[in-house]
Amino acid sequence: MTLLVAFTLFVLAVFLGLELITKVPATLHTPLMSGSNAVSGITLIGAMVSAGTDHSALTTWLGFVAVVLATVNVVGGFLVTGRMLAMFSARSTKRRPSVGEEPS
Amino acid sequence: MSRLDLVAAAYLVAAVLFVLGLKSLGRPRTAPRGNLLGASGMLVAVLATLLDRSIVDFRILLAGLVVGSAIGMVLAVKVRMTAMPQLVALFNGFGGGASVLVATASLVEVGDQGLVDDQFAVAAALTALIGAVTLTGSMVAFTKLQEIGSLRSFPGLAVLRATMVIVAVVASVMVVTRPGDQGWMWALVAAGALLGVFGTIAIGGADMPVVIALLNSCSGVAASTAGFVLDNSLLIIAGSLVGASGLVLTQIMCRSMNRSLFDVVFGSLAASGVAPDASDVYGDRVTSTSAEEVAMLLEVAERVAIVPGYGLAVAQAQHAVRDLMRTLNDSGVEVVFGIHPVAGRMPGHMNVLLAEAEIDYERLLDMDQINPTFAQTDVTIVIGANDVVNPSARTDPDSPIAGMPILDVDESRTVVVVKRSLSPGFAGIPNPLFAADGTLMLFGDGKDAVLDVVAALLNG
Repeated sequence: MTLLVAFTLFVLAVFLGLELITKVPATLHTPLMSGSNAVSGITLIGAMVSAGTDHSALTTWLGFVAVVLATVNVVGGFLVTGRMLAMFSARSTKRRPSVGEEPS
Repeated sequence: MSRLDLVAAAYLVAAVLFVLGLKSLGRPRTAPRGNLLGASGMLVAVLATLLDRSIVDFRILLAGLVVGSAIGMVLAVKVRMTAMPQLVALFNGFGGGASVLVATASLVEVGDQGLVDDQFAVAAALTALIGAVTLTGSMVAFTKLQEIGSLRSFPGLAVLRATMVIVAVVASVMVVTRPGDQGWMWALVAAGALLGVFGTIAIGGADMPVVIALLNSCSGVAASTAGFVLDNSLLIIAGSLVGASGLVLTQIMCRSMNRSLFDVVFGSLAASGVAPDASDVYGDRVTSTSAEEVAMLLEVAERVAIVPGYGLAVAQAQHAVRDLMRTLNDSGVEVVFGIHPVAGRMPGHMNVLLAEAEIDYERLLDMDQINPTFAQTDVTIVIGANDVVNPSARTDPDSPIAGMPILDVDESRTVVVVKRSLSPGFAGIPNPLFAADGTLMLFGDGKDAVLDVVAALLNG
């Protein structure tokens, strides 16, 4: 990948990121943040390569610690986001039957 | 299709899943699906990376995945919702730390092979610096939110900051010009780490929503620059998406507090403003009330608004407030919640706390939604909030919080403020609302006071 191609991806993704997040209701700010935080744990795939390349003991251990940190970020991030969102949706699904019952 | 093509195609799938995931996370109905889409994208990316030919030894890597997953799972399941900002700060720091290590490991590896070019070195230096700032900045934010120790500003901080910026710039230049020399790389990481500490140490509790959002953005940027180091398109795309979205949230938070990002980071709390004397504001005009009196007011009300602040979370009063809401609903009173954008310690934190207490999110109104309705509200109950309901922001151009968007609770017929004392909020200024004609002060612990009101309602 040339530098220009990499820059193209970077700039386009920034614009896309700005577009995606506008007009998000405040209720979702915290889950959105912890969810996007988990996505930033994508460094994990770089860490996996560093840990597995077997270049030297130093790079392997740097890679190992990086894999641990990034995995905590990814796994913890998505799980806790799911936990929060379950609290939101539990309320709306529980109420749906009662709305249906109203006509009677 | 070669193995390389297969990995590239999988990365494209992962990138698309991230985009769809983030988009879906922005709407209440689709948010749970969005989280799953994001997680699936990550799974695809990890599985595809396992096909990478440069990985020759899987033992260390798999051990790291297992250890990390276990820690992440325990943290995510155990955390209390009040501690969510700390947890996000911690995860942020870990993400930044991982990016630093990836950049340093690559720099060592490629440096040993003598293959470092300028693009690689610049990207590695940037990643090391931004990642290190994110790591230690997040850790400082964590200790502040968790209330461990008492890190605060000290004389000479500005000089230290400036020194560290210079050291970081020099070290960056040296990393790029002499990539074989690992010493400069570690010097750069150290400078970045100190910069992260000095940059966040002076930031106060009320500015935490901004700081968390900003650090979130930084961890994305670090991942993105790591993508330039590794020549990895998925890292660039996913990192930039998070960097940009974090910046949008940072902007929203700054606007809600009427403060510039510069003021937050450099800790200058509206130095221009002049705070009036507390005794001038309050005099003997503050009216104290009792739980029974509040209950009587609520019994005859048709519409009640509850305005929670972080003090509500500190007092663990979420469930007591839910009981109050249910009791009022049972007697036909309409109850809504007015949520200021910076209520709580991170963006949207209060909504999460109230959702945990099983309060429907349809009842939670944003500032823009609830402000026009205060005039038709019989009783507004303010619990643990102060600066965000201070009318000085609207009326006193000299106030330190002048121009800050506030909840116009003073427009409702009666305001009940549940508070321990007349002590000022984070801005350190008195609140004329407390001495207003339509305001009654219910002094006491948030939870106990609300439970007393509920008991009085049930007995009355």
